[in-house]
Amino acid sequence: MFNFSLDKTVKSDVFDSVLKWDVLIIGAGPGGMNAALYAKRKGLVVGILTKETGGQLHNTTAVDNYLGFSLIRGDDLADNFMEHMNSLEIPIKVGVFVESIEKQGNDFFIKTNDLKTLQAKTIVLSTGGAPRKLDIPGEKEFSNRGVTYCATCDGPFFKDKHVVIAGGGNSAAEAVLDMVPFASKISVVHRSKWRADQILLDKLKDISNLNILLETQILEVKGNDFMEEIVVLDKKTNVKSIIKAEGLLVEIGTIPNSQLVKDLVELNERQEVIVDNSQQTSLEGLFAVGDVTNQPYKQIIISAAEGAKAALAINHYINHKYRGE
Amino acid sequence: MERLLSEDIQKQLKEVLSAMIKPVKMVLFTKPYCETCKETKMLLNEVSELSDKIYVEEKDIDKDSDEADLYDVNLTPSFVLLNSDNVYQGVKFNGIPAGHEINSFLSALLFMSGVDLGLDQATIEKIMKIDKPINIKVFITLSCPHCPGAVSTAHKMAILNKNIKAEMVESQTFMDMARKYKVSGVPKIVINEKHELVGNHPIESFLAEIAKI
Repeated sequence: MFNFSLDKTVKSDVFDSVLKWDVLIIGAGPGGMNAALYAKRKGLVVGILTKETGGQLHNTTAVDNYLGFSLIRGDDLADNFMEHMNSLEIPIKVGVFVESIEKQGNDFFIKTNDLKTLQAKTIVLSTGGAPRKLDIPGEKEFSNRGVTYCATCDGPFFKDKHVVIAGGGNSAAEAVLDMVPFASKISVVHRSKWRADQILLDKLKDISNLNILLETQILEVKGNDFMEEIVVLDKKTNVKSIIKAEGLLVEIGTIPNSQLVKDLVELNERQEVIVDNSQQTSLEGLFAVGDVTNQPYKQIIISAAEGAKAALAINHYINHKYRGE
Repeated sequence: MERLLSEDIQKQLKEVLSAMIKPVKMVLFTKPYCETCKETKMLLNEVSELSDKIYVEEKDIDKDSDEADLYDVNLTPSFVLLNSDNVYQGVKFNGIPAGHEINSFLSALLFMSGVDLGLDQATIEKIMKIDKPINIKVFITLSCPHCPGAVSTAHKMAILNKNIKAEMVESQTFMDMARKYKVSGVPKIVINEKHELVGNHPIESFLAEIAKI
C-alpha cells in the first residue's frame, strides 16, 4: 500500500562539498544504480543525479524475468535497488534536471536546473527512454484526454471503459494485464504480429473481455472534448473501420532520452547513443548504459549489467588513461 | 486493530521524520459515510505516533465549517498542515497520500517543520516575488511514480509564498472532480483553474506557467 522511496541516508548537500567526482551518473534506473553500486565498491567517488529513482521499473506492474525473482512488482524491485544504494551510502540527488554537459580538457562539467555546476572525471548517461508516440493525427490533441502512455499511472481513469492498447511487445501485453482490473473491454491493436514473450501471451488467454486485432494499423484518433474513437486499417483486407473507445494506451516501445548529449556523442538513426562493448561512447570518459544506448534488447537485467560494465570500465579508465591530475 | 504501516515501514518513516525541526499540526476534515476518511485518519494517527513533533486534529467538515472555510477545505477526507505557529501555509492533501504519495506527504511534513527546501536562492526569490493569488491543484493517482515530485514542487512554492496555495487531489477518490478538470493522465497540474501542465515538471515550468497569469 505504500511505495516508500525517499532518500534516507545521504544528505544531498554532499553535492556541494565534493569538488571533483570520479563519476557522476545521470539517471537512477537499473543501469544507473548498478553502475553506482559497482563504482562505489571500487572505491570511486560516485554520485547520482536524477529526476526520479527507479526509472521505467515504475511503469511495470510485474517483473518475472529478472534472475532471482520469479515474480516481483516493478515498484518493489526499484525499492530493493534503492535499499542497496542506501546501504552503501551512495549520494543520490533526486528531483534534479540536468541541463547541460560540457567537456573541458579532461573533465566534464554538468549544469543542473538548480544552477549548480558539478565537475567529474567521467559520466555515465543512464537516462533511459520515454514512451514512443504513434505520430498519427489526433494523438497529440487527445493526449491526456484519453490517449495515455502510462498504464500503471492512469489505469483508474478507465474504469468501466473500453481501452485500446497499441503495441504488440511485452509492454503491450503487460498493459493488458494492468488494465484488466479497470476496463470493461480491452482491445489490442498492433500493426504486425505479436512480439511479446509466449509466457505473457499465455496469461492473456483467459481474459474474457479482450479483443485482439493484429496486422491492423491505427490511423487516427478522433473525438470532441475527450477521444471517442480510433480509425484503423486492416492490413490484410485493406479495409478501414472505426473502433469506439474512451482510452488509447500507447505501448510501442521507447525513444531514447539522448537530447542532452546529441551534440557531444555519436547517435544512430534512432537517436540512440552508440556505445562499444565497454559502454564507452564516442567521447572519451562519457559512458552510456540501458535504454538510451543502441543495444537492441531493452531489458531490466541488460541495463543493470551494462551499468556494471560501465563502472568497471570507468575504474580502468581512471587508473590508466585519465590525465586530469 | 490492524495497522496500515508495517513495522518495517514504521522504522523507516521514524528515521526520516527524525529530521523534523519544529512541530507540525495536521488538521484532518472528515464526515460520516466518507469513502477513505477512516484510512486517512488511521494513516495520520499512525504517522503522528512516529514523531513527537507531529500532532493531529480531526474536524467534521460540516460541524466545524468555520475552520473548513478558513483553510478553504470542501472535500473529505482533506487535511492541511500548520506550522509551529499554527499558521496555514497553503499545504493541503485531498484524499489519502498512500502508495507513491507517501513520499510527498513525508516531504511536506519535513518542509513544514523547517527542513531546507533544497532550492537555490534565485529560484526562491522568483517564487517569493509572486504577488497574485495562485492555486495549484496536482491531480495524482496512488500508483503514479511521477506524481509525488509534482506535488512536492507545488507544496514548496506554497511554503515560500503566502499568495500560493497548493493541493494534492487523489483522483480515484475524487473522480468527479478529476472529470471536471478533464484529467485522464497524471500528474496533471492545474494552476488557477485553467493553466495546465501534465507530467513531473521542474519548478521552472511552474514559474513559467504562473508568469502567463
